[in-house]
Amino acid sequence: MAIKKKTKSKSGIPTASMSDIIFMLLIFFMAATSLKTVEGLKVKLPRARSIAKLDTPKQSVLFVFIDRTGNISIQDKLLNVEDVSEVIYPLRRNDNMLTISLRSDQETQMGVVSDVQNELRDASALKVNYSAKPK
Amino acid sequence: MLGKKKRPPAEIPSSSMSDIAFLLLVFFLLVSNVDTDKGLGVLLPPPGDSEIKLNPKNITMVLVNSTGDVLFNDEVIPVEEITARARQLEASNPNMVFSVQTDRRTKYQDYIDVVDQLTAANVKKLALIGTQ
Repeated sequence: MAIKKKTKSKSGIPTASMSDIIFMLLIFFMAATSLKTVEGLKVKLPRARSIAKLDTPKQSVLFVFIDRTGNISIQDKLLNVEDVSEVIYPLRRNDNMLTISLRSDQETQMGVVSDVQNELRDASALKVNYSAKPK
Repeated sequence: MLGKKKRPPAEIPSSSMSDIAFLLLVFFLLVSNVDTDKGLGVLLPPPGDSEIKLNPKNITMVLVNSTGDVLFNDEVIPVEEITARARQLEASNPNMVFSVQTDRRTKYQDYIDVVDQLTAANVKKLALIGTQ
């Protein structure tokens, strides 16, 4: 019996559409990348071992910066300690999930941190995350 | 008169296109750090001086002074031992509240070390009383 062999289709990755695919991925990553890193004060975060990922969605996280000299910054504005609760309270009222990510310097004195914490309590923003780097 | 030169057909070389795109892709993959915020999560006590009466037996005082020394239930211990101690206490008394107090001049890192140790011991009730 003579069966005609089927002609094999040429094997090979089609390269014509390759660049389209890659460009699509590229555009995705460009859009997803925020080159602008979180702004604020320059802090050297403390080190800790048992750190966990923050489980709050990103839009509900508010960064509070405290640098080593005790300057406090929220949303790129320098604040006095007494004004912290006034700034945070409206945000807290609009967002039940609001989590404060406290980015404080290693060398900051606890007096300031504690004052800020008391202000946060006054604003009912009780969920706090002490930002830290792995040891 | 010179003869007209034949122009090569204008075209973008598409063979190297994917290489260029790959290079850009790799660059953005590396640069984009999906900025995950990691840290120690705590819950602050609600506002107001709500005095909750606690049995003194259920309170463990952890004091941190300005040089980073730790006083754990009236006993000076190294920071690294807090986890073990806290585990013991937590096992013997599940209602144990760990109260961390610091000096106003305590360094933030020393405080984080203590909270870190207590978190490692899976302490459920952590009271951050603040400064003295």
